[in-house]
Amino acid sequence: MSRINEFVEKVDVCVIGAGHAGCEAALACARLGLETVIFTVSVDSIALMPCNPNVGGSSKGHLVRELDALGGEMGKNIDKTFIQSKMLNVSKGPAVHSLRAQADKAEYTREMRKVLENQDHLVIKQAEVSELLWEEIGDSEERQDRYQKKIKGVKIFSGMVYECKAVVLCTGTYLGARCLCGESITYTGPNGLQAANYLAESLKKMGIELRRFKTGTPARMDRRSIDFSKMEEQFGDERIVPFSFSTDPETVQKEQISCWLTYTNEKTHEIIRENLDRSPIYAGIIEGTGPRYCPSIEDKVVKFAEKERHQVFIEPEGLHTNEMYVAGMSSSLPEDVQLAMYRTVPGLEKCRIVRNAYAIEYDCIHAGQLYPTLEFRKIKRLFSAGQFNGSSGYEEAACQGLVAGINAAMSILGREPLIIDRSEGYIGVLIDDLVTKNNREPYRMMTSRAEYRLLLRQDNADLRLRKKGYEAGLISQEEYGNLLEKEKLIESEIERLKNTSVGANKEVQHFLELHASSCLKTAASLAELLCRPELSYEILGEIDSDRKTLPAEVIEQVEIEIKYEGYIVRQKRQVEQYRKMEKKKIPENIDYDQVSSLRIEARQNLKLFRPVSIGQASRISGVSPADVSVLLVYLEKYGR
Amino acid sequence: MMKKDTIAAIATGLTDAGIGIIRISGKNAVEVGDRLFRLPSGRKMLSKAESHRMYYGYVAEENKDFIIDEVMIVVMRAPRSFTGEDTVEIQCHGGVLVMKKILSASLSCGARLAEPGEFTKRAFLNGRIDLAGAEAVMDVIQSQNEYALASSVSQLKGALSGEIRKLRAEMIHEIAFIESALDDPEHFSLENYPEELYVKIEMTADKIKKMIDTADNGKLIKEGIRTVIVGKPNAGKSSLLNCIAGEERAIVTDIAGTTRDILQETVKLGEICLNIVDTAGIRDTGDIVEKIGVEKAKESAESADLIVYVVDTSTELDENDREIISLIMNKPVIVLMNKSDLKNIVTEEMICSLFQEILERESYKEDEENKKQKKYIKNFFQEKRLITIKTSAREEEGLDIFEKAVKDMFFKEEIKSTGEIVITNMRHKEALQEAFDSLMLVKKSIEDGMPEDFYSIDLINAYASLGRIIGEEVDDDLVEEIFSKFCMGK
Repeated sequence: MSRINEFVEKVDVCVIGAGHAGCEAALACARLGLETVIFTVSVDSIALMPCNPNVGGSSKGHLVRELDALGGEMGKNIDKTFIQSKMLNVSKGPAVHSLRAQADKAEYTREMRKVLENQDHLVIKQAEVSELLWEEIGDSEERQDRYQKKIKGVKIFSGMVYECKAVVLCTGTYLGARCLCGESITYTGPNGLQAANYLAESLKKMGIELRRFKTGTPARMDRRSIDFSKMEEQFGDERIVPFSFSTDPETVQKEQISCWLTYTNEKTHEIIRENLDRSPIYAGIIEGTGPRYCPSIEDKVVKFAEKERHQVFIEPEGLHTNEMYVAGMSSSLPEDVQLAMYRTVPGLEKCRIVRNAYAIEYDCIHAGQLYPTLEFRKIKRLFSAGQFNGSSGYEEAACQGLVAGINAAMSILGREPLIIDRSEGYIGVLIDDLVTKNNREPYRMMTSRAEYRLLLRQDNADLRLRKKGYEAGLISQEEYGNLLEKEKLIESEIERLKNTSVGANKEVQHFLELHASSCLKTAASLAELLCRPELSYEILGEIDSDRKTLPAEVIEQVEIEIKYEGYIVRQKRQVEQYRKMEKKKIPENIDYDQVSSLRIEARQNLKLFRPVSIGQASRISGVSPADVSVLLVYLEKYGR
Repeated sequence: MMKKDTIAAIATGLTDAGIGIIRISGKNAVEVGDRLFRLPSGRKMLSKAESHRMYYGYVAEENKDFIIDEVMIVVMRAPRSFTGEDTVEIQCHGGVLVMKKILSASLSCGARLAEPGEFTKRAFLNGRIDLAGAEAVMDVIQSQNEYALASSVSQLKGALSGEIRKLRAEMIHEIAFIESALDDPEHFSLENYPEELYVKIEMTADKIKKMIDTADNGKLIKEGIRTVIVGKPNAGKSSLLNCIAGEERAIVTDIAGTTRDILQETVKLGEICLNIVDTAGIRDTGDIVEKIGVEKAKESAESADLIVYVVDTSTELDENDREIISLIMNKPVIVLMNKSDLKNIVTEEMICSLFQEILERESYKEDEENKKQKKYIKNFFQEKRLITIKTSAREEEGLDIFEKAVKDMFFKEEIKSTGEIVITNMRHKEALQEAFDSLMLVKKSIEDGMPEDFYSIDLINAYASLGRIIGEEVDDDLVEEIFSKFCMGK
């Protein structure tokens, strides 16, 4: 090799990949004062949205708000670049309300790039990282925490070396990627971008086990070829709620762009069924496993054979493009089948495809190799986040990126790591599921994955997590002060409603009658009245003359806390039970071979995942309650 | 985790019986057995014995020719044994002395005396039985009569676990449906679902309620009916007690110290178990009122499930009877009209009207509760809370009627001693009650028109409560509780 490979740059943190995970990781490290380099194969594709043109959605909206509470960037960035916004599931309980915004993809990328470029301590570097540099840890003192290796730096394709204290892997779908569109296969990352073809070998050499996942994206169509008169128009909300707790709601009230709804039909399904043998998945060409919860249209037709139609949403990709995203019809069928299939859908009869739907296959890891801090168990200061960890989705990636970034920084700074548990946030659920469960397909966040979702609402993400963000150092004094003020207002208003009694007088009875609510027999507190389904905080204003004007976010919390108090109390009890099990720690040096009564499968999986607590152990696949009881007894006997 | 040592114990009761079994379990069980057992030819061979096959031979003390007993022996190799470990069972003659000798011989060959419940504990830890199973085994060991045994055995066979699993499977189906609909509303519609769920919840709650209802019976079946016998001196209490507890009719066991300072005698009357509370000295003098004093009698009466009031029909009713009645009138009472073979001065009608009189007099004292009391008096007679029976202790007359009266009073429906699940464990009852309460909350959520996602909280609670019964929900308190039970078990 030439002489330049002797050139060495010294930094604190190297982040590999500038997708949604990489951006958050790099920003977190740089903001905590560490010299950080972020590597990307293309600076033009920073924070690229290669699939759907939106941020948030059911349960994903929760993730973004939690990320924002902790000091992440995604929420702020979408607030700057959205073109439509909607609070989903408003007909259901507050736990499942979720924000979703359509993004102007190009704007989103541009804005995030601007943030990165202007961040102190952060350098963007266009290069393919080809190798990780590490050293074995001898039987020295460092070995005590079970690390076998220690990260030293990275080497890029040109041969240049970056020595660093920590590395965060955020390779997304680029590692060993190949794209499939029917019989045609190209060895590239998404959107024809360069794949990362060397790093995988280096990772394998370090003892990291890789596996292969796949995901897919639908076609993009030319807006001018679509007949919208045959579709239902989908508007955004009248009053827009921003994602970020730091965004002034007034700044996001703007004109919005519509989406459109249409449906597949029997004809569509017939074409798909007849050509199933040409789908790379059904023909067995794709070996990677795809997400069950984000299925291709082929999967839906097979799985829900009895359904006569499936929803198709046509969504704009941005303000300055005619490309339209066809949500609900991702596919890896060949181009000719795609065209025939799309053209059976009302409004798409004459559609022209700008980009074909395709499936992408890539290397990723089984996240059981990680601690809940997202650090590799055996390799000191090597962290990983995003699709590389086996997840799917921008939001899932961003959250992991932030947690990995913060923990890389905490490790270097010698501070306590940030771990969010399942009762504190969807982020906790996400990471715990990733590092504990044997996920056989890309992991997508879902409402049903969160056991304590009535407590983990999108509206209270700041109340739950802002303090942690502040302690980590990513939330400013001012932002934190605002939170404390909000907390105080909520508390005192709840107190006031509980202690303000209204008599069973004429005025009150008349008011109740007016709102179809039963009359009072004796005096009642305003809080008691608020519990009635037919009454709201706003309505109660008519008989509550003492009330101060409060911000909408405060009223929202007061109303939820009072109206659903019984449920919240019961859910909190569930959390207590959960925490009790989490608190029962399993010693790092436990030898599962000494726990004689464990079943073989349980023993294997416990050895593989090495849970930190009884609670985590109980969630590991293949570990039955009886095994957990056995563990409990073992710890009881020998843990003293 | 567990000490890998080998344990041994007498597996049958410590009474003289036809056959006794000594069980040895653990890693060295076969080795211990081998050192004890000889074929009729005198050869040792147990280490090569086929698993699950009976061999005939002798047990002798090691290195001595002294034969303790002729036995049948069986080796059950791990994991195909009750404990899941290598197990040897020796069937010997059932004399207490013989069994003790074989046990002590096995202890001197390397086994350790098993702690109470330790075989069960090992079976549980080795995954051979679930929690409900483990508890059922403990219940079998402790059960005091045939009913209790039958219901424990059916729980051991998994009748309870089976039913709980079925209910849980139904619940998880509903939970999964609600959750699916939240995440994929396009393909899972909740239209009309609350109404459907409401009906299902009612049905499930009903099943659980029925199981809970058996628990009161279950407790009485398992623990026996706490019975206090009262009466004036010389009314014939002691002879009556002897009669009930007579060897011809019942097996009597002594359980000392179960309740503070009171001794109780467990008496099997047909299929029913009575724990007759017998305060010290009652048999000597037969004088509960004078000697033990009113306070003591009151205390006993308060904790009783049943009062047996023995009246001597050949002597007039007096102040003592009034005093007794006022003490016991809040309890189910069986009045035994004793000495009915002699001249009858006191009639059943006289007893009933005395009860009525005292009940009314007491109720006037509590003016506020007047109406309630009146109703109570009416119920007292309607609900068969007072039954009078003519009996002669001497002739054992009327004891069959007495038995029937107890059954009528305590077991509303005929108890079937096979098949039906009877809840005999308080922990199970509590868990069932919690599940029931949670289901009621789901019902309320539906009635209140709450969004579907609110149902999950209480459905999951109900599911978890049921799971705790069969150990499919990890609960560390429970594990501790179960193990404390193993350690102090009978």
